[in-house]
Amino acid sequence: MSFTSPLPPVATALPQGPATPRMPPVLRAYQYNLLAYKRTWRGSLTTTFLYPVLYLAAMGVGLGHLIAHGSSDQAVGGVPYLWFLAPGLLAGTAMQIAANESTFPVMAGIKWLKTYLAMLATPLEVTDVLYGHLLWILTRVALASSVFLAVMAVFHTVPSGWAAAAFPAAVLTGAAFAAPMMAFSATRETDKSFVVLYRFAIVPLFLFSGTFFPVTQLPGWLQVVARCTPLYQGVSLCRGLVLGHPRTWDTLGHAGYLLATTAVGVLAARVTYRRRLVQ
Amino acid sequence: MLLGDDALVRQMPGSRGDRSRDECSDASRSQNATAAAGRTGAAVRARELTKRFGEFTAVDAVDFDIEVGEAFGFLGANGAGKTSTMRMIACLSPISSGSLQVLGLDPMQDGPQIRSRIGLVPQDDTLDLELTVRDNLYLYGRYFGLPKKQLRERVDQLLEFARLTERADERVDPLSGGMRRRLTIARALVSSPSLVVLDEPTTGLDPQARHLLWDRLYRLKREGVTLVVTTHYMDEAEQLCDRLVVMDAGRIAAAGSPRELIEQWSTREVVELRFDPEGHEVHGERLADLAERVEVLPDRLLLYTDEGDATLDAVRSRGASPIAALVRRSTLEDVFLHLTGRSLVD
Repeated sequence: MSFTSPLPPVATALPQGPATPRMPPVLRAYQYNLLAYKRTWRGSLTTTFLYPVLYLAAMGVGLGHLIAHGSSDQAVGGVPYLWFLAPGLLAGTAMQIAANESTFPVMAGIKWLKTYLAMLATPLEVTDVLYGHLLWILTRVALASSVFLAVMAVFHTVPSGWAAAAFPAAVLTGAAFAAPMMAFSATRETDKSFVVLYRFAIVPLFLFSGTFFPVTQLPGWLQVVARCTPLYQGVSLCRGLVLGHPRTWDTLGHAGYLLATTAVGVLAARVTYRRRLVQ
Repeated sequence: MLLGDDALVRQMPGSRGDRSRDECSDASRSQNATAAAGRTGAAVRARELTKRFGEFTAVDAVDFDIEVGEAFGFLGANGAGKTSTMRMIACLSPISSGSLQVLGLDPMQDGPQIRSRIGLVPQDDTLDLELTVRDNLYLYGRYFGLPKKQLRERVDQLLEFARLTERADERVDPLSGGMRRRLTIARALVSSPSLVVLDEPTTGLDPQARHLLWDRLYRLKREGVTLVVTTHYMDEAEQLCDRLVVMDAGRIAAAGSPRELIEQWSTREVVELRFDPEGHEVHGERLADLAERVEVLPDRLLLYTDEGDATLDAVRSRGASPIAALVRRSTLEDVFLHLTGRSLVD
């Protein structure tokens, strides 16, 4: 092995201080995910593109057909079951993607790939790492939500122009899950609790938050519980907008609830991220 | 005097930069940092620097100065406080008490600014195994905000430097330990840092890979980069470091150049003797008067003397018949043994 091959000097090769304005630090952290996604995007095709179609086809068209022929549509607010279901699934999908992206990838950043640690050795700060990752998660939610809305349009379940407003509503629903779950994930030593969280929180929420049937079908006390969950708020927000008759105060209430959850989650994540990453 | 220097830095324009200035005036900022380093005469200056984790004191009121352009070593066993010190210098870990200046700035206030001028080679690689070699370098440069075009040229240079050009577009995962270390070092250089901090750069590498790494570090030093290295390998410290401190239990046990340390804390030569394992204590006592100092280790006996061959002859003339005998020069290992009473790598 020869050690004497001529090499240009490396230390002084770069002029100090680039002339062009720099990208904001949050976006520099965000960029990592963008590049990493280039190599894994194929794997997410099923969750992003195929699932909406399958769910709408099976539940909406198949099951909805049975419901239409059985009881009346009054149970779901006087609209075809597919119309009722689609916005619920939109919010549910936003939650699922947010939950996926704010658990295991956070553990990867801290322990498995240590991407967070690599970033923190550069001028990036803990908040840049946190917000960059959160921004990326919301990008993933936005991508999936827009696909879902497009599929909904194909299935003729978008009766009004208000549906466009369901897009930010779905992203907000994702944010209300992503931020607190990032805060939680940063406190974990292993990924075991993520599985528990999935089984006992995410899946029950998906099933009982008014996604597939109105919560009025639940026993009284469970109705109260269901109404307090962030997914119920997200489902109701999206459904009101998609069906085109949003009631102002309801809409503001749901959005306010989700915004507050997001804000609390972000504040908590600032604390847990710092505690975990700066020692 | 120290207070005066602190005040000097505090008054310097740009030394307490906020984020917006951090983004737009890098050139003037780095000049400030260099000027400050010049004025204080040190790349790193620590006074009573302390790091506590709860009840545990990892670094216990240490003082040291690292001059611009030198290779400075922290030598010590695992748990001696080397990594904690490194992490404070690299602005990854807040100091508990005392004072620390890095490139003339205060790590507690100017973390991002200092980190933009530092290259860190952490103990555990933080490479993204699923990305390619090139992407790892490129992304890291983007974290520093380097413009894309400039960065692409820079990445090619660094690939050459790390002898990884041929593997540039492969994923990191299958690379050998030595290649990954070289990539980590190349990555730390992406922003042309004036201070490179290496935490046990060659641990776990085979001899050939270590020599290649050392060669790369010499090159950096020749270009005027200040190197801060932790290691528990004596040969590495002797090869690389202009000056070093020996750390033990969070404190600095001794400081100086490798030669100074050996002269001060050890004899010129050492006679190593092996007897039956049970015999080391007994022989140690019997031969004690033949050397300036005797160290009894579980597997061997060390006699510290200035004339090794003469001492060995004297040992033999006493009728002691070691299974193996060796005369060698003193090394930093002997210094460490003397200072701490135990060997470095257990």
